[in-house]
Amino acid sequence: MSRRFIPKVVTANRLREGDVVYLTADDQWTLHHHQAELIEDEAHAQLRLLHAAGQKLVVVGAYLADAKAGPNGPEPVHFREAFRTRGPSNYAHGKQVDLTHV
Amino acid sequence: MYDYTDFDEAFVRSRVAQFTDQVERRLDGSLTEDEFRPLRLMNGLYLQLHAYMLRVAIPYGTINPRQMRQLAYIADTWDKGYGHFTTRQNIQFNWPKLPDVPAILQALADVGMHAIQTSGNCVRNVTADHFAGAAADEIEDPRPYAELLRQWSTDHPEFQFLPRKFKIAITGSPHDRAVTAAHDIGLRMTRNMGGDAGFEVFVGGGLGRTPMIGHLVRDFLPIEDLLPYVESVLSVYNTLGRRDNKYKARIKITVHETGRDEIARMIEARFAEVRPLFGGADQALLADIRAAFAQPDLQSRSVADYDSAYSSNPVFRAWADTNLSAHRKGDHAIVTISVKAHGQTPGDATSDQMRVIADLSQTYGYSELRISHEQNVILPHVHKADLPAVHAALAKVGLATANVGLLSDMIACPGMDYCALATARSIPVAQEIALHFEALKLEHDIGALKIKISGCINACGHHHVGHIGILGLDRAGVENYQITLGGDATQTAAIGEKTGPGFAYDEIVPAIERILRAYLGLRLHAEETFLDAYRRLGMEPFKLALYGSDGASDAA
Repeated sequence: MSRRFIPKVVTANRLREGDVVYLTADDQWTLHHHQAELIEDEAHAQLRLLHAAGQKLVVVGAYLADAKAGPNGPEPVHFREAFRTRGPSNYAHGKQVDLTHV
Repeated sequence: MYDYTDFDEAFVRSRVAQFTDQVERRLDGSLTEDEFRPLRLMNGLYLQLHAYMLRVAIPYGTINPRQMRQLAYIADTWDKGYGHFTTRQNIQFNWPKLPDVPAILQALADVGMHAIQTSGNCVRNVTADHFAGAAADEIEDPRPYAELLRQWSTDHPEFQFLPRKFKIAITGSPHDRAVTAAHDIGLRMTRNMGGDAGFEVFVGGGLGRTPMIGHLVRDFLPIEDLLPYVESVLSVYNTLGRRDNKYKARIKITVHETGRDEIARMIEARFAEVRPLFGGADQALLADIRAAFAQPDLQSRSVADYDSAYSSNPVFRAWADTNLSAHRKGDHAIVTISVKAHGQTPGDATSDQMRVIADLSQTYGYSELRISHEQNVILPHVHKADLPAVHAALAKVGLATANVGLLSDMIACPGMDYCALATARSIPVAQEIALHFEALKLEHDIGALKIKISGCINACGHHHVGHIGILGLDRAGVENYQITLGGDATQTAAIGEKTGPGFAYDEIVPAIERILRAYLGLRLHAEETFLDAYRRLGMEPFKLALYGSDGASDAA
């Protein structure tokens, strides 16, 4: 039996600003991890990644990151992805402050 | 210092114009990311974890006040008001936006700076002793040779697509402050029996996943042979270096696989071919460059103001004891400005701090500045009578921490707070170690100590050559920190030895404390440094302190 598929989100950086973004179910790019589409099927994940990779004027370096369902939407699994949702730990820079103004 | 000629200026301006066009074509879709990526990397622009990062070269760590003010202006205008000085004497901006990068490069070009060859498989920024031109123990100022190498290697058609990146370090002093043993080529100035200055040439040093100390391939290279010899080393490497495996592509692996004697023979054979092709133009150029590095006209006057501040002001005295180094002129000192205030990010300077440093350099430092690979800023020539004023001005902007050479004067790479390659964080570990020992008030008791932290195996934080090295890894999805002991970055270079199993994020500070408390208990006297004690005692007592009597063997 094949290994159970770990759910994924599609993530990338915005081409112009470099910000970390996530692909939503309705084809938008969001700064919020919990608004991302949680993909539970491997074939669908590949299709969504292809869709993201095609948006060459919007994002760079799209990839699938492990995620899990949470009360408010998808949550990161790995600490690297958790840092990407916030920004650096030495300054209040990046999304951890920028998102409070959104 | 060296100022751009019309040729340099035109070259850098044309590069800015070229890259401006490339950015426009990326933004309008004419270039794909695959096409654009190598072009942006050639201009020092990375895409990191949260944003783009622009790495700007500070050739051999030398910068003038005008350039420092321009870096402050860039930080304020297009970034978040600060810059990060790196272990390669570069400065990195962590938050530029792609459409702004051409304007940033233009602003750099306005002061004779650029980001060329700060990435890619080419000869990178040539690094040098940060006390160059000022150190009391110096044979010669190494920077004219570094500048010669910079000009020769910039856009060198033969060496733009090497098997891997290539780093050259040079020191003019027998006390190696430039970590020459851990570079692809390390050059140490020396004198032969006849008293002529020349170089010892080391090849194949490097850190990263396979740390190695460079091998001596020439014990005396005459100055006039520098370029042809370095070109011969590059040429042999370019032919022999592995392109099949990125992790085996550095020259250290080439030297390791080929053997020191055979590599030395091949270099000499190539040198015999290359040497006659150098007709002397390089030496004429070197003479011009030397003139550009003429020493400032150092003043002579009373040091009474220094003596009275030293005896009456304990805060000044503490700073003078740690942050000053011997200058070749007795009434001057070399000031190391600590960019390592306890709890701050090692190597980060705000734009306000940069401006104060620039002003101090101009007022008291003959308009000279250096950036050290240890992520500090140096005022290489300050008359001792001016030191109290310099100290007072630094204190106003949080730059007067008296910790140079001590525990909290740590090297830390950006780690997973910024770097896309990192496997764990470095900066908060450095911050917590500094704050912890500051609270314990143990730093001065511990004395000379080099802690170096890298957030991945690539070792930008030089952990292998730290007296205590810390390497952050990802172990099954959790940050884990491996400790090495006994590393040495100087002329007695050594690679540190692993203590054993690593420590979780919240265990690493207590682990460092156990090592240092063991050292305090075991040292023969207060002058026996941690490194000396480690060399005398070996790993065992420190392992015992870290893991207990049976912990290490069980966990291994």
